[in-house]
Amino acid sequence: MDFTLILFYCFGAVLLATSFLVITVRNPVHAALFLVLAFFTASGLWLLMYAEFLAMTLVLVYVGAVMVLFIFVVMMLDINIDLLREGFWKHLPLAGTVGVLMAAEMAGLLWRSAGGAGAGAPPPGYSNTKALGRVLYTDYVFPFEIASVILLVAIVAAIALTLRSRKETKYQDAALQVLAHSAGRLKIVKVAPETDAKVDGANP
Amino acid sequence: MIPLNHYLVLSALVFAVSVVGIFLNRKNLIILLMAIELMLLAVNMNFIAFSHQLADLSGQVFVFFILTVAAAESAIGLAILVALFRNLKSINVDDLGSLKG
Repeated sequence: MDFTLILFYCFGAVLLATSFLVITVRNPVHAALFLVLAFFTASGLWLLMYAEFLAMTLVLVYVGAVMVLFIFVVMMLDINIDLLREGFWKHLPLAGTVGVLMAAEMAGLLWRSAGGAGAGAPPPGYSNTKALGRVLYTDYVFPFEIASVILLVAIVAAIALTLRSRKETKYQDAALQVLAHSAGRLKIVKVAPETDAKVDGANP
Repeated sequence: MIPLNHYLVLSALVFAVSVVGIFLNRKNLIILLMAIELMLLAVNMNFIAFSHQLADLSGQVFVFFILTVAAAESAIGLAILVALFRNLKSINVDDLGSLKG
């Protein structure tokens, strides 16, 4: 048995187990952490297919940004897990039937139809990142620009959805601060000094 | 030299698991979003497997764009979730029927 095949089976087993845990575990924080592990193993599987750039992108973008966002939101929300778990066991027979049927059909079909030897390693000196960048900036340059616009719209939408002005928070008004000058703020008052005689007279 | 069908079967299994997850966690919006992420991962693995098998980089370019769109989707989804929780104090899917009329 090939060493890469052994690696594939290890990674595949971990990926299946973690994805199963993501959907069944009780605590959403644990589910998010298992999803992180699933992304890591998937990135290992992509490395076995010599897709180095996308494997690193998966770790950086998904584990580094998206999953941190998930964990942040899960920890910020104060949710009642018991209320969300109701119906879990009720839906299990239907879900299990549908899932097992789907998996059996797809696996049975794909296992026999797409057999044969796998593709080998790329020639030495081949850089996946270089080749992908060359294709991305020539043939796919307009989709690439559209992707950047999509990301910009996503940023604007996320901020617009979550931004709110709270009444109890005091904001600084920058224009008023710039307009302020010493004559309007500081007032010098001449106070007549009190004499000792007066003090003695006031307090017998 | 891992044959193509290994990857296809693995991603089919992951996809089926995430479909089961959508069935099971119908109340929990966060787990639903995570199941969608798992589905996208399975689809991406198919794309990369075919790209490797056929020695064609277009599959990897597609995965690149899917990753972009998925990141935008989860960012907006989580923003909607936060706004929803702020108004309803709940993320239960059953409480979201205010547009029902």
